[in-house]
Amino acid sequence: MDACFPRHRVLRFASILQQAGKFSIRISLANETTSKSGLGARWEELTLGLYDAVRFLGRLFRQAVSRPFDFQEIIRQCYEIGYRSLPLITLTGFVTGIVFTKQSRPSLVSFGATSWLPSLIAIAMIRALAPLVTALICAGKVGSNIGAELGSMKVTEQIDAMEVSGSRPFNFLIVTRVAASTLMIPVLAMYCAFVGLLGSFLNIYQNEKTSFVTFIADAFEQISFLDLGTSLTKAISFGFTIGAVACYKGFYASNGTQGVGKAANTAVVLSMFLIFMEELVIVQVSNWLR
Amino acid sequence: MAYEHQIDYDQRVIEIRGLYKSFGSLKVLQGVDLDVFKGENVVVLGRSGTGKSVLIKIIAGLLPPDAGTVDVLGRRVSELSEEALRALRLKLGFSFQNSALYDSMSIRENLEFPVIRNMPAMNKSSLNDLVKETLDAVGLLNKIDRMPSELSGGQRKRIGIARTLMLKPEIMLYDEPTAGLDPVTSVEINKLINEVQERYNTSAIIITHDLACAKTTGDRVVMLFEGKVAKEGSFQEVFASDDPEVQNFYNYNFIQ
Ligand SMILES: Nc1ncnc2c1ncn2[C@@H]1O[C@H](COP(=O)(O)OP(=O)(O)O)[C@@H](O)[C@H]1O
Ligand SMILES: [Mg+2]
Repeated sequence: MDACFPRHRVLRFASILQQAGKFSIRISLANETTSKSGLGARWEELTLGLYDAVRFLGRLFRQAVSRPFDFQEIIRQCYEIGYRSLPLITLTGFVTGIVFTKQSRPSLVSFGATSWLPSLIAIAMIRALAPLVTALICAGKVGSNIGAELGSMKVTEQIDAMEVSGSRPFNFLIVTRVAASTLMIPVLAMYCAFVGLLGSFLNIYQNEKTSFVTFIADAFEQISFLDLGTSLTKAISFGFTIGAVACYKGFYASNGTQGVGKAANTAVVLSMFLIFMEELVIVQVSNWLR
Repeated sequence: MAYEHQIDYDQRVIEIRGLYKSFGSLKVLQGVDLDVFKGENVVVLGRSGTGKSVLIKIIAGLLPPDAGTVDVLGRRVSELSEEALRALRLKLGFSFQNSALYDSMSIRENLEFPVIRNMPAMNKSSLNDLVKETLDAVGLLNKIDRMPSELSGGQRKRIGIARTLMLKPEIMLYDEPTAGLDPVTSVEINKLINEVQERYNTSAIIITHDLACAKTTGDRVVMLFEGKVAKEGSFQEVFASDDPEVQNFYNYNFIQ
């Protein structure tokens, strides 16, 4: 004991601990004086933020169902959000399919159950991966794009200019983008699942020589309508979340160019966080229904 | 007076009484009273940060007042429904300090936008004629298919003004129309402001700290100081005073 922990070392350790303790007490004391306002301000910010968000959603739904509808702009936004994300989704979907197949094979080989690969991949892709991967990619690409675009329109007073010319910027800019994103993310997620299964098929074909017809038959054997419905529900709510969060952050951006960066950044971070929360809830609910 | 034109002193198009506005602990407007008569160009002078922009944003309903009343064309701005406010704003033209052109749209689309949004039924050819006529009025017809980023500051300002003219406003609000422009371009913008007044028969509030602009465009000059109207009258009347605040302003603009 003495050999391992020489007295002087123990003492030094203790004194370091003591110093650290004092230091941390000092920090907490220093915080004590400011924490009231700091914590209070945080709390106030949070509640104000929630209040604003609820009001924003209220306005969004109210305007979404009121005339005039900007179909042309919705279609343009669908093109921006959907079509322009295709290359990225193609790549990530395809790679996800291949990688997931490669990584699942060894565990199935040990049971001699490689024939389960197609249905395993289909379940993973359709139930979980396709909507989630698509949503995370789009939260990054579409979310930052919308956040920055609306944020810079806000700080250069373009949104005010629309407002004072009676041009209903909320309908033109927000409703259209949220609608387009809510429509396009599910489409992209379906496409992602398709590309992922394609990647998986190519890998399985190469290794197990499974024919395409057998692969498809195996893949969809285990997929129920509940799976498809759940997946679609997820994709729709992810799409709405990405559009609404990015528009909210952009439309209410402030503080010059700094505000633009912050809008883009918080749009991505907040929508990713909300996507995971929604995933959790929707999966839970769908498991109850199963 | 800048030049001869009709002002109807029986008709107030803007009437502001006891207007207060603060942001947190920052007191910006502290009891502003202001009238604008029909056909009149009122210049609002004041140092940076005195709340000139805040004042016209409250007039346009972009910011809510803390206290006081703002009546525009006989309607109380703070009490209007969303739809009524929108209708009122069609009669206001707002020229922003940095022009606020829609930078993803061409000049033509910039001008078409407010019309398409407000009068979707207007047919293509009359809209096209209106765009050309308005661009001609600001002397930039040749830029019709350019993007805003390809224009100079003065040209952007003209396009910003042209865009507001598309809806044939009754009242123009100019936020520092000559700020950041060279003297020659500034003179052209001042001329344009007077031409707009003549051609479209508007009343206007012109916010500036450029005294040349104030002198050439203003029928009446109002000086804001510490959130209140400190001086009011014709350009000569206001600058005849030996108030140090007014004199500093004058010296900086003309003697330096
Ligand atoms: N939306 C706002 N939120 C907080 N402060 C603002 C806002 N708008 C203006 N201010 C502040 O009000 C003061 C007056 O601004 P402004 O009217 O733009 O001055 P100016 O007379 O130069 O146009 C400034 O100190 C500005 O920082
Ligand atoms: Mg200003």
